[in-house]
Amino acid sequence: MLPQPYVVQRVRRETPDTYTLECVPPTGSDGIPFAPGQFNMVYAFGIGEVPISISGDPAEPERLIHTVRAVGQVSKSICKLKYGDELWVRGPFGSHWPVETIAGKDVVIVAGGIGLAPLRSAIYSLMHHREQYGHIVLLYGARTPHDLIYRGELEQWRGRLDNSVEITVDSAEPEWRGNVGVVTTLIARATFEPSRAIALVCGPEIMIRFTVLELQKQGMAVEDIYVSLERNMKCAIGFCGHCQFGPAFICKDGPVLRYDRILPFIGRREV
Amino acid sequence: MMSTLEPILAKHPFFKGLEEHYLRLIVGCASNVRFDIGQFLFREGEEANNFYVIRRGRVALEVFSSERGPITIQTVGEGEILGWSWLYQPYRWHFDARALELTQAISLDATCLRNKCEEDHDFGYEFMKRFSDIIIQRLQATRLQLLDLYSTR
Repeated sequence: MLPQPYVVQRVRRETPDTYTLECVPPTGSDGIPFAPGQFNMVYAFGIGEVPISISGDPAEPERLIHTVRAVGQVSKSICKLKYGDELWVRGPFGSHWPVETIAGKDVVIVAGGIGLAPLRSAIYSLMHHREQYGHIVLLYGARTPHDLIYRGELEQWRGRLDNSVEITVDSAEPEWRGNVGVVTTLIARATFEPSRAIALVCGPEIMIRFTVLELQKQGMAVEDIYVSLERNMKCAIGFCGHCQFGPAFICKDGPVLRYDRILPFIGRREV
Repeated sequence: MMSTLEPILAKHPFFKGLEEHYLRLIVGCASNVRFDIGQFLFREGEEANNFYVIRRGRVALEVFSSERGPITIQTVGEGEILGWSWLYQPYRWHFDARALELTQAISLDATCLRNKCEEDHDFGYEFMKRFSDIIIQRLQATRLQLLDLYSTR
């Protein structure tokens, strides 16, 4: 459980406040295997630790990729790292997207803002075994076109004939020719069979709640909807209780949770 | 025209469950239309003489600001319904609607439909139920947009 030093190989600026860091493990290590949806505790030396989803390809654990939004002291510090700097990491922790158990299903992926980061590793896994799944639909919403992350990958995924990718923004400049509106408005138009689909959802919690409502309206059951939740996590191993969510610990039982299991608690102010 | 549009409208979710004779009434008020990129479907302040079922393409609902230029409030795409100002007085559009892509739609004549709603209140009630649902959906979506969900606190 001690943090290990990874070395930053590449930093890509996704948006004015969001960076993707690509790191390699300590010399002599092959990297630690992870499952899509899991997270690491990422340590800014002398400042603190934050939980960050792993955004890389589970088939390439030797490339550790984290996408970080600079919102607090720790994340701002991480976003300032450059080539050759060290990034201290412990993990991986938590549950994962059930990509290995949903063969034969249509997969509806709904992401909001930086919520696409925890889903990217799942998308890589699905693409590696594309023939095992039905329709794959990615619906992605962001605040403005400038806030879209992974633009290169979005174009690649969109370019594949066996996927649907729809992007929308909440507001846009006149040059934008795409969709304008919240991501939930894309769901009714998406091509998938609700009775044999699985949904993977990540983003702000309000967006998650309304996304689930819309998916249900289209005929999906809550048992077929998986979400990734974000709460304050400290120890990441279920000891400190900071991330308790009803009877579950987000760090240990989550962050990926089947929606029917959290339905009694989500949106409740006391939880 | 009628034989072409009736099966198309019958399959559309907005008209799902509508009795056949009502569907025929609606088809009587319908026509195929198309808009090139940049073409306006309607402008703010104009008479709201129709509404549209978008078959292909994408339309931006815009408001024009002298300081900022045209601002897109939302876009309406394939399969969606555009326009409800025709239902309520003063029957004038509140926004501009401009085609962002080559857009094909079915245009439904407002005066024709309003008259039919007045003549047959059961038909009018069916229409109001369907449009209420769309208005509620758009209101909920707008509320979520206003929340600015992706900003940091």
